[in-house]
Amino acid sequence: MSELTYIQAIRMAMEEELQRDDNVFIVGEDVGTKGGVFKATEGLYDMYGEDRVIDAPLAESAIVGVGIGAAMYGMRPIAEIQFADFIFPAVNQIVSEAAKIRYRSNNDWNCPITIRAPYGGGIAGALYHSQSVEAMFNSHPGLKVVIPSSPYDAKGLLKAAIRDNDPVLFFEHKRAYRLLKEEVPEEDYLIPIGKADIKREGTDVTVITYGLSVHQAKQAATELEKEGIDVHILDLRTVYPLDQEAIIEAASKTGKVLLVTEDNKEGSVIGEVAAIIAEHCLFELDAPVRRLAAPEIPAMPYAHPLEKEFLITEEKIAASLRELARF
Amino acid sequence: MGENKHSSLGLRDKDVVEMYKTMILARKIDERMWLLNRAGKIPFVISCQGQEAAQVGTAFALDRDVDYIAPYYRDMGIVLAFGMTTKDLMLSGFAKAEDPNSGGRQMPGHFGQKKNRIITGSSPVTTQVPHAVGFALAAKLKQQNFVTLTTLGDGSTNQGDFHEGLNFAGVHKLPVITVVQNNQLAISVPFEKQIASENIAVRAKSYGMPGILVDGNNPLEVYRAVKEARERAINGEGPTLIEALTVRLTAHSSDDNDRSYRTKEQLEEAKKNDCIGSFSAYLQDIGLLTPSLEKEINDEINAEVNEATDYAEQAAFAPNSTLLDYVYEK
Repeated sequence: MSELTYIQAIRMAMEEELQRDDNVFIVGEDVGTKGGVFKATEGLYDMYGEDRVIDAPLAESAIVGVGIGAAMYGMRPIAEIQFADFIFPAVNQIVSEAAKIRYRSNNDWNCPITIRAPYGGGIAGALYHSQSVEAMFNSHPGLKVVIPSSPYDAKGLLKAAIRDNDPVLFFEHKRAYRLLKEEVPEEDYLIPIGKADIKREGTDVTVITYGLSVHQAKQAATELEKEGIDVHILDLRTVYPLDQEAIIEAASKTGKVLLVTEDNKEGSVIGEVAAIIAEHCLFELDAPVRRLAAPEIPAMPYAHPLEKEFLITEEKIAASLRELARF
Repeated sequence: MGENKHSSLGLRDKDVVEMYKTMILARKIDERMWLLNRAGKIPFVISCQGQEAAQVGTAFALDRDVDYIAPYYRDMGIVLAFGMTTKDLMLSGFAKAEDPNSGGRQMPGHFGQKKNRIITGSSPVTTQVPHAVGFALAAKLKQQNFVTLTTLGDGSTNQGDFHEGLNFAGVHKLPVITVVQNNQLAISVPFEKQIASENIAVRAKSYGMPGILVDGNNPLEVYRAVKEARERAINGEGPTLIEALTVRLTAHSSDDNDRSYRTKEQLEEAKKNDCIGSFSAYLQDIGLLTPSLEKEINDEINAEVNEATDYAEQAAFAPNSTLLDYVYEK
């Protein structure tokens, strides 16, 4: 056991899977000799060679599409999209192909690809290096969309994604890469995809969120504890398909629910969470469901004050929870 | 007696007769599907008619025991040569549960059959090109001795996936063959409004691979080009782009009327180049296709198509309870 950052845990998961299964390979821009623009694949090129850590031409649809072909053959590709903002040229391959291969072939073919991409803001990335793109993929049955909130989860979820027999999109919050650190076991472990996780038990108000916002919600909860407000936190971990049972249970537990996302509010993942709660928890609720999300602008600006104004913070979560607790 | 043009390619007499039979079979299944569509029995047809020579010449040049194919929607001739049966295709036409392509989930022409190494395809065009390159990458990584061949139409060569896929294959020198069946019409838009280069084969130069232009109405010429491309691929010399010039003898699909963009006279002209007529003439010239053999082939195929039609029409649809199956692994 050693203390690892979020990105070191991701790197460790890939190293272990490359070692364990020779069908696993990595393909993406700058993943080879450079070790990735964020260093997620650092050293893997030297360890496993250019055939298993492939520097691809700068062309996202090919990175994903070639990966899909190899996956259908029986390989376990990990395709890296350098920034989630640049995944759009590959959407046809992800949505029309990967998501539908098992269904359209009546289970004759399947597509065990993992597509990793850093998302999220707070690193002066401006409009095109900061976006949350998960909502684009959260209405496509056949896909799984995973967003880890901690180093421990990142390792176990990524290993599960690589071994999954269906396509998994794995979004990593880029500010979490070096911000979050915790003890991560060196041994092999998997965290099941499709299951949400209670990150904090509480009795007064419930936060349901995912990714870096889980960390911010935990900080807010520590603050509110001093004020006598006991916060329950559910980490979705998989944002598609959603763990309905866990959502209903977490919402029902306190009857007061705050949903948080760094994405724009309209059409976001938490809108679907709100719908699940509306359908199932009417008589358990003690307050209207609240959503804390980014404003409806195209994406966050470069200038630091404007970026900060856009982003979710511990303070914004705490303020929303105070109001909700008083309702 | 005409000149034998197939022996020098390594094709035996029985091979060319088999090629001819496969072309006729594809044509007759296709014609039957149109009748069924016009009779209101099946909702949709998309045709191989006119392109059988390019398809069968392509398929016969591969090793049909090990190679993979990522076909496009007109490739009935290729999938038949790769082991899909008349019954399978009719089941697909009628969208019945036993359809091996999709269990009736996809429209006809969306081929896929793992046991015959036919890679499942979709409707957005050209997505299969990167897939074929991915299979070829797997062959290289796993040191397996097979090639992967993908096909597409002329219009599809304008898609980003064509460029991205071929460039990836060229950079990594992968054992993949791309055959463009250029029927010179992308639904209604003619070649000169689709493609700025003099032909499609020249595009290969920018991907660092040979580009071969071939008469797609002549199955032997297509066979030769694909055979040579396969040898290069297996020898580690990388990918090839082949452009086979063909004609499309039907409308784009059963939902299209080609009179709005092609005159009756133009179609009549195209029919003069019907590859089945010219290959039949060749086989007759060299004495391989006698009137009695031709009759035997036609009778056999007619019976096969009739039987498959009856079987597929009477076969069951997948039960409604299966609608939710196979979104994810069970």
